[in-house]
Amino acid sequence: MKQTLNSKGLSSAATMAVRLLFAAVAAFPIVFMMVSSLKPDQQIFGDMSSVAAFLPIGNISLDNYAAVFDRVPAARFLINSIGISAVTVVLGIFVNSLCAFALSRMEVRGKRVVFTAILATLIVPFQTLALPLVWWVNQLPYFELNGFSLEISKGWLDTYQVQIIPFIANAFSIYLFHQYFESIPKELDEAARIDGAGWFTIYRKVVMPLAGPATATVAILTFLPAWNSYLWPLMVVQSEELRPVMIGIQYFFQLNVSWGEVMAYASLITIPVVVLFIAFQRSFINSIASSGVKG
Amino acid sequence: MTTTQLPSPGRRLAEPAPAAPPSKPRHRPRHLREQISGWGMIAPAAVLLLAFVFLPAILGFGLAFTNARLVSPRPVEFVGMDNFARLFADPTFWRSLLNVSYFAVVVVPVQSGIALALALLINKKFRGVNFFRTIYFLPVVTSMVVVSLLWLFMYRKDGLINEMLSAASFGLINGPDWLNDPATAMPAIIALSIWQAAGFHMIIWLAGLQSISGELYEAAQLDGASRWHQFRYVTWPGLKHTRTLVLVTITIQALGLFDQVSVMTQGGPLDSTTTIIYEAVRSGFKQQETSYASAISLVFFVLVLLISAVQRYLTREKD
Repeated sequence: MKQTLNSKGLSSAATMAVRLLFAAVAAFPIVFMMVSSLKPDQQIFGDMSSVAAFLPIGNISLDNYAAVFDRVPAARFLINSIGISAVTVVLGIFVNSLCAFALSRMEVRGKRVVFTAILATLIVPFQTLALPLVWWVNQLPYFELNGFSLEISKGWLDTYQVQIIPFIANAFSIYLFHQYFESIPKELDEAARIDGAGWFTIYRKVVMPLAGPATATVAILTFLPAWNSYLWPLMVVQSEELRPVMIGIQYFFQLNVSWGEVMAYASLITIPVVVLFIAFQRSFINSIASSGVKG
Repeated sequence: MTTTQLPSPGRRLAEPAPAAPPSKPRHRPRHLREQISGWGMIAPAAVLLLAFVFLPAILGFGLAFTNARLVSPRPVEFVGMDNFARLFADPTFWRSLLNVSYFAVVVVPVQSGIALALALLINKKFRGVNFFRTIYFLPVVTSMVVVSLLWLFMYRKDGLINEMLSAASFGLINGPDWLNDPATAMPAIIALSIWQAAGFHMIIWLAGLQSISGELYEAAQLDGASRWHQFRYVTWPGLKHTRTLVLVTITIQALGLFDQVSVMTQGGPLDSTTTIIYEAVRSGFKQQETSYASAISLVFFVLVLLISAVQRYLTREKD
């Protein structure tokens, strides 16, 4: 008995050591990034050969952060990304849940065909669509109300809407909402209908308030790619004032700035997501786990 | 197909209900209203998907056989297989295929293996399980662009990676200039890609592990099965579906390699890190040759379909 206890203790200690090793590997680049963002370049390189590289010691300041805002309109890039992500998330939740609601809870002719067609889009990776899509959005008309006259111009390139509208409807979001709505008893709809509620009222007052977890999952799975988006804005955005953060940081990097400043910018656009993740950890993990069914 | 129109809430009621039965609306007025509001609710998402997924997919297929350019005064003309002939004669394209295969062949088994190991390490409840899960997942919430810039810095000749190698080997190892050497550039990109994404697949493995009934493990323990046997005969078969899923998603992600290359190496040195998508963007965006880029995208899509079909077939056969 004693023997097994000992070997058990030993093996659990070994397991813990492996866990710690993996944790160190996962964390060291991020710690290095955040710590370096507080140091001048000379000190970053000086500290590199010792543990000091991972410790906020020595000549610590927020100078690099100040420099980021001095050299590029970083605040503008941040506002752009926050705006683009927020609008995409809000409209995405609305449009996709509405569609899933009708597909799941209403008697609509042909809804099976529509649902199958929607799910079929899951097999097309975005990278396949990206290049034809650039050509296509450049052909689309764009309406602008200028005073009292409606102006029509061609081409969506270099606008905000080209960064938002193509990403609102999402087959996977519709699928997730649909799955969740199926688990909400349909008797609730019946009861509301007897009380004279219309379908939109049932959607808004009965079903959506119960669909919190699905909404959180869709919000996270829409927010992350919107915030991290790089390939698409790289191709469709030229103007500085329309750039999102990921294009902004690459542009910033090409200005030959110091590494400390690059690390400051990198930390600046990473910290908000990390904070969101830690605050809504359970929802994040559930979202990723549910995205597993996608394959 | 009037897909150019944007869905606005005002349009929804005007949207036709094509499937509504015209023969018996009088008998079931409530039913007709349900049809109309139902289609009105489906319409915004359906129109957007039509405009931004179906149409570009069909367009991409069509444009691949034309001479379309992103901005061009000339009308688009049909050119048959010209783009494909040019593509298959282009050594850079074959190089990009080779690079992506190299990337996938290493990343798929190593990343899914590490992800499974991580999942097994935090599958049991213990003090600090949340801490470890958070740390392992941290790289996933860091954007690939940020990760690429960060590792670009760490991979310098005088960067953190070489300093750590040197310190760990008491100065014996003098690391290479990782990203500027054709022999080490791709392995360097592979390492950071695994580092960034392993946590994502850890979560998917974890969901699979937690779907295996605890009774199976109890039964195995009663039979005196060792931990290895428990893994071999309970865990591994129980992960059958998760396995296919993880393999397919990692492979497709691997074939679509782009961000890291675009930020870190721009395909170099000597084309040693160029990829299919990188070539598509280079021709379609930088050189504005939409048609040629569409041909590359089409080849990529066929490849993705083929590989996921083969993978599904193989993983089904084995069990």
